Amino acid sequence: MNLDPKIPSGPLAEKWSKHKFDMKLVNPANKRKYSIIVVGSGLAGGAAAASFGELGYNVMCFCYQDSPRRAHSIAAQGGINAAKNYQNDGDSIFRLFYDTIKGGDFRSREANVYRLAEVSTNIIDQCVAQGVPFAREYGGLLANRSFGGAQVSRTFYARGQTGQQLLLGAYSALSRQIGLGTVKMYNRTEMLDLVVVDGRARGIVVRDMVTGKVSSYAADAVVLATGGYSNVFFLSTNAKGCNVTAAYRAHRRGAAFANPCYTQIHPTCIPVSGDYQSKLTLMSESLRNDGRIWVPKSADDKRHPSEIPEDDRDYYLERKYPSFGNLAPRDISSRSAKEACDEGRGIGETGLGVYLDFADAINRLGEDVIRDRYGNLFHMYEKITDENPYKVPMRIYPAAHYTMGGLWVDYNLESTVPGLFVTGEANFSDHGANRLGASALMQGLADGYFVIPYTIGDYLARSGNSDVKADHAEFQKVERETHDRMKRLLGIRGKRTVDSFHRELGKIMWDYCGMARNRDGLKKALEMIPPLREEYWENVNVLGANEELNQALEKAGRVGDFMEFAELMCYDALDREESCGAHFREEYQSSEGEAVRNDADYAYVAAWEFTGVGKKPNLHKETLEFENVELATRSYK
Amino acid sequence: MNLTLYVWRQKDAQDKGRMEKIEAKDISEHMSFLEMLDVVNEDLNNNGVDPIAFDHDCREGICGMCSLMINGVAHGPEPGTTVCQLHMRHFKDGDKIYIEPWRAKAFPVLKDLVVDRTAFERIMQAGGFVNVNTGGVPDANAIPISKEQADTAMDAAACIGCGACVAACKNASAMLFVSAKVSQFANLPQGKVEAAQRVRNMVAQMDAEGFGNCTNYFECEAVCPKEISVKFIAQMNREWFKSKV
Repeated sequence: MNLDPKIPSGPLAEKWSKHKFDMKLVNPANKRKYSIIVVGSGLAGGAAAASFGELGYNVMCFCYQDSPRRAHSIAAQGGINAAKNYQNDGDSIFRLFYDTIKGGDFRSREANVYRLAEVSTNIIDQCVAQGVPFAREYGGLLANRSFGGAQVSRTFYARGQTGQQLLLGAYSALSRQIGLGTVKMYNRTEMLDLVVVDGRARGIVVRDMVTGKVSSYAADAVVLATGGYSNVFFLSTNAKGCNVTAAYRAHRRGAAFANPCYTQIHPTCIPVSGDYQSKLTLMSESLRNDGRIWVPKSADDKRHPSEIPEDDRDYYLERKYPSFGNLAPRDISSRSAKEACDEGRGIGETGLGVYLDFADAINRLGEDVIRDRYGNLFHMYEKITDENPYKVPMRIYPAAHYTMGGLWVDYNLESTVPGLFVTGEANFSDHGANRLGASALMQGLADGYFVIPYTIGDYLARSGNSDVKADHAEFQKVERETHDRMKRLLGIRGKRTVDSFHRELGKIMWDYCGMARNRDGLKKALEMIPPLREEYWENVNVLGANEELNQALEKAGRVGDFMEFAELMCYDALDREESCGAHFREEYQSSEGEAVRNDADYAYVAAWEFTGVGKKPNLHKETLEFENVELATRSYK
Repeated sequence: MNLTLYVWRQKDAQDKGRMEKIEAKDISEHMSFLEMLDVVNEDLNNNGVDPIAFDHDCREGICGMCSLMINGVAHGPEPGTTVCQLHMRHFKDGDKIYIEPWRAKAFPVLKDLVVDRTAFERIMQAGGFVNVNTGGVPDANAIPISKEQADTAMDAAACIGCGACVAACKNASAMLFVSAKVSQFANLPQGKVEAAQRVRNMVAQMDAEGFGNCTNYFECEAVCPKEISVKFIAQMNREWFKSKV
C-alpha cells in the first residue's frame, strides 16, 4: 500500500503556494468535459460542489436528506477559527498552525495543518461576501470570541448558530450552481458502494430513498464528504442519519482507513436521562468562556447547587490547569469530568454530570449580556431539561461528538484509491489525535473552497477523461451486490429491531473504546463484536420491501457497516500503546493521571487495509516528520 | 403515561391515506416527542407492523427536517420549538394526540408523515444567494456593517427551512420562508446589489410552485420554531414594490 503523503518540498510557509503553481491546470473550455461526483452536502461537500460548478466542471452531488441544507454541519454552534489577528492579540498563521498541531497532540501532518491555518483567513472573507451574518461590534467590524486550547480570540461566530450560517452560505452557493445547471443535485439518495475499475475510483452505486431504486453513476473523480462515525456509539451528538457507510464501503474497496481510534468526546453535552434516549445534545464549548465548571468537593454531596458554599466546591479545571482554566482542550476537560464522576462527585440523578455555572458571569456582566451571547443555547437547554440556566447551573457530561480518524489522504486529499478524494470530517488529515473547538468548520470549508478545487484539477489534467460508463460490467456487479444485501436484510425477519442491535454495539464501544481504553477492555470488545454481528445477520427484523421509502432498511444497512467498522476501531486503539489526545490508554498515564505519549514508537499515522470481514486488518504506517515544531509534552497548566 | 395516537398512514404518494389509532404505552415525560415515536415504532416493528415513517435528523432543532402537525398545530403546542425539541412533559396521561404531515399542494406526501419539500429548493435556486464565486473577494472587514443591521440580517437568516409556515397557513403561503432569505440579503451591503432581481425571481418561483399569498393571519409567525417575525414579509413586499418601480 502506497502511503506517500506527497508533501511539497521547500519551507513550510511556501509549500502550498509552490504546490499551487506546480499543479497542472484544466483549460476553462475543457472543464465541462470532466464530471465529478460529490457525496455529502455539508461544509466540505457543499462548498466543493459549488466551487467545482463555478469552475465549470460537470458535478453530481448526493445527500441522504431531503435538502443539502440539512447536512449536520448545520448543528455546529460556537464558531470558526481564522488567523485574522483582528484583535491585535498576537495571532498569526503560525500560531494557529502551532495551536492546532499541539492541540492534536503532535499526531498530524505539519504541511496539511499549516495550509489549513493559511487558508483560514480566506474562508472568513468568502463567507462575508456570501452574506453570512457574522456577529459584529458596534463599530461595524467583525467580533471574535475565545475557544478551548487557544490564548487568543480568533473565533468568528454567528450567535450560537455558526455552523448553520456557514452551511447556509455554502448551500446558497450550491443552489446557485444547481439553478445554473452545473451541479445536478440528488436529494434523498444514499451512496451504498464505491466502484473501482482498473484501480481507479470510477463512480458510485446509490439507492433512491423514496423509490428504493438502486442505480449507478460514473464520473472522472469521486469526492467523499460524508462526515464522521461518532454514531458507532449509538448515542452521540451527531444527527440520527450520520453514518460510516460511504467511507467504510470505500475502505472495503481499497481505501486505507487512518487512525479510527481517534474519537473526540465533547466535554459539554446534556447528560443522558433514560434508556429511551435517542441522541445527545451538545452545548457549545463557547459557553466555557463565561461558565465555570465545578463539582462538590466531597463525594455523594446531594445538596442543591445553590446550597453548596464556595468552600465546598471544586472548580477542578481552574485548579488543575490555571493558565487555560475552563478553556482547557476538549480531551482534557472530558477526562477530568469523567474522573470527578468516577470519584463519586458527579451530580444529578445518575451521578454522571458536572455543573457549568454562569452565576459569576451574570453578576459581572448582567443577564442581558449573557443572553446576547448564548441566548439560543440557554433556550435549548431549558427546552430539553426544563431547568432555567440563568438561575440554576447547567448540568453537563461528555458525549461522543467528532471523529478525527477517517480515510487516509495525501496532501492533495486523495485516498489510496486513485481518483477517490476525501474532504472534511471524513478524512483524517488535520486534527491529529484531538480537534480544537471551532476547527471543524474551518477544515470543512478549507477543504471544500480552497484545497480540493485546485488538487482535483491536477488529478483530472494528469489522468484525462475516463472511458468507463455506468453500464460497465463492474457497476452492474456492484449494483447486484447492493441489491443482494438489501434482499438479505429484508429476508431475515428475526426477533430484534435494528435499533436494539445498534444500542448494544454502542454500549460495547462506549464501555471499552470510549473516553478511556485499556488492553483487556479492547480485547474483550473484539471478542464481543463478532458474535453480535453474526446475530445481527440472523436475527434482525426489517419489515417492508426495498422498493419503497423504508427507513428501517436504511438504518439496517448503516448498522451493518458499523458492526464491521467497530472492530477496526478497536484494533487501532489496541495497537496504539500510548495515550495521545483523545486516545487515552489507561496503562499509559503519569502519576497525576495525564496522558503519556510515546513519540519514539508511535509518531505515525496508522493506516489500515481491509482484508475481509472479521479478519484482522493490515497495518501500514506513515511516519510523521516534524521539522518546524518541537515535540513537547502538551501542557495547559 | 399512556397515550392514544391517531397517526396519518399513507403507503406512498399514490395511496389515499387514512388516520390510524395506535396506543403509546409507558411514555416517560422526559422523552422528546420523536423519542416517543421511536418507542412506538420499536413496538410496531416487534409486532410485525410497518413503523411510522417520519422525517428527522439532527434532533436538536436546527436542521429543519422534522415536520409534524400535532393536534393541528405545526411542530406542536410549545412556541419556538421544533417537534424534535418538544418534550412529553407538555402532555398528560390519557391524552389523545393527532399526528399528521404538513399539508399543502406544493408539499406532496411521500409516505405517512414524510412530505416532499423540494419546492423550497427551487425557490432558493431561483435567487437565494449572492452572486459571488469562491475566491477573489475583499477582506472581511473591508465593508463595516452596523451591529443593528447585522443583527436584523441574522434574525432573518435563522430560518431553518422546515416549512411549518406553509403548513400553518390557510393559503399555504411560503412568504415567511421566502421573505426571511430576501430580507437577510436586503439588510446586508453584500446582498443589496442584486436585491431587485432576487426578490422578483424568488417570488416568481414561489408563485410557480403553487404556494398561496399572505392575507395577514400570521399563523406562520405563531408556529415558526425560530420565531421569525412577519415584519420580514412586510420588508419583502417593500423590496418587491421597489423592484417594480
